[in-house]
Amino acid sequence: MRRSSISQIYAGVLVNAIYAMENYPIMLLNSMLMPFSMLVVITLASRGALIGVSILGAFISALVSNGILLQADISHLKNDLKLQEMIVSSPTPQINYVLGMALSELVYTSPTLLVLFVLALLFIHASIVGAAIAALAILLIFVIATAIGYMFSTFSLDIIQTWGFAGMISIIFSTLPPVFYPITYIPMPYRYFAYLSPTTYAAEIAQNAIGFISLTPLNIAIDWAVLLAILFVTLAVAIKMSRWREM
Amino acid sequence: MNSIECFNLSKTYRGKGESKEALKNVSFSINSNGVFAIIGKNGAGKTTLVRILATQLMPSSGTAKINGLDIITDEKKIRSQIAILPQEAKPVPWMNPRQNIFSYMLWRGFTPKEAIARADKAIKYMHLEKVAKEKNESLSGGMKRKVLLATVLASEAEIIFLDEPTIGLDPISRVEIWNIIKKLKKDHLILLTTHYLEEAEELADKIAILNNGRLVAMGTLEELRHKIPYQYSIMTYTKNIKKIRASLSGCKVVKGKEKTQILANKEIANRITTLLVKKNMVFSRSPVSLYDIFYYFARTEIGENDEEE
Repeated sequence: MRRSSISQIYAGVLVNAIYAMENYPIMLLNSMLMPFSMLVVITLASRGALIGVSILGAFISALVSNGILLQADISHLKNDLKLQEMIVSSPTPQINYVLGMALSELVYTSPTLLVLFVLALLFIHASIVGAAIAALAILLIFVIATAIGYMFSTFSLDIIQTWGFAGMISIIFSTLPPVFYPITYIPMPYRYFAYLSPTTYAAEIAQNAIGFISLTPLNIAIDWAVLLAILFVTLAVAIKMSRWREM
Repeated sequence: MNSIECFNLSKTYRGKGESKEALKNVSFSINSNGVFAIIGKNGAGKTTLVRILATQLMPSSGTAKINGLDIITDEKKIRSQIAILPQEAKPVPWMNPRQNIFSYMLWRGFTPKEAIARADKAIKYMHLEKVAKEKNESLSGGMKRKVLLATVLASEAEIIFLDEPTIGLDPISRVEIWNIIKKLKKDHLILLTTHYLEEAEELADKIAILNNGRLVAMGTLEELRHKIPYQYSIMTYTKNIKKIRASLSGCKVVKGKEKTQILANKEIANRITTLLVKKNMVFSRSPVSLYDIFYYFARTEIGENDEEE
């Protein structure tokens, strides 16, 4: 029989996003809390001067947080419900399972993204090309976060272990980097610490693309090179290390 | 007709500075539909064996074939023909039974239309209509197991692995699950692991006994009876034993506080029952149960069968 990859990807979206959203709508509020609370705090502290960059930061924060959350979601399905075991012993290829689960995180974040999109239309006046570049940079950091989240989930033996990893990754990806404000706000030499996080490069590209900061062409090229290098390395490590069939 | 063949399957788990041999050179062959039960104590290697055959875990050495396909090299083809209900699996709590089956069918690659049709058919087959739209988290333990069974049987899989499918269930729910498995076994090969011996006795067409990672015996219940020195079990009151002690040579006597079990071959069992009748003592006699057979092999492994009373 011919098997539908679209069905297999759709299954992940249904289980981890649509049915979950239907049954636990309160979780949607939870996914909005972090990005919106930071957005409000930074906007108030800057007396409205940083509202645009904060909206951009909220986009990054929402996607990165939910990308990392994939680790906990998959760990729950794998360790607590044993659903992943049922799927491994079925015709579902690993890639379709991961794509479906990653897409489910995007769908789960969609109400937050929709509100932010409306705010962005009101407060950010960027060109279409600038917006597209910013969106691409944010999408890449989401892919990196989900790849890391998935890889760790395959090693986790229980959800408590996952929370420990997720907390650390979350700090590296969304707390340490300057996503809600320009990197120039961090005094030297502490600025270099921010460059330890891949999110910093995506944030710089996005902030530059919509005109909040002005980078030299060389800086932009370095940011893209580092971001793409991290993406490829992360994907390669995730593909190599992730456990589908255990050894 | 479906088949499972194992060739010297071994599995060693390696940890920090220590390793544990979970399976040791397990070989067997099953070439017909029906229930093949694997019994053994906790930690005997049942789940490891199932996970290897269900292509979730690589063996350390040896291999196996599912319907002639090698588990190491043909895993993709095998996965189209199998389904597994893992030990301690639970239906997704925020979904209902219909959604549970539907999403699993999508994962198996069916179109949404086919997946819905299969989900509805399985719900009807399992008599789950009344709870089909209730959240899984609100269902009883027995009902949750039925939902999971419905989920795997809705698939096109011809070989189904059930790893301890009735663990923790009340006796009524257990019998319900047994009845479903009895219906399924007509056109499926079901590999079932359990440490409930009465479950294997009730359901299995063939039984394998795993002990400390080794396959110590395999066959139908009748064949297993002939693999041990005792084919009959006589139960009588412990107080009677003194009066027939002289006739007990060649038997295994398992003394209890009130009742005592005498395990014997046919000839000796006939002699003892004649004696018990003559002395007008109350007793019962039956072929040895799977419980007796299992304990014989388990004790042989640790050397407890060496002494006979």
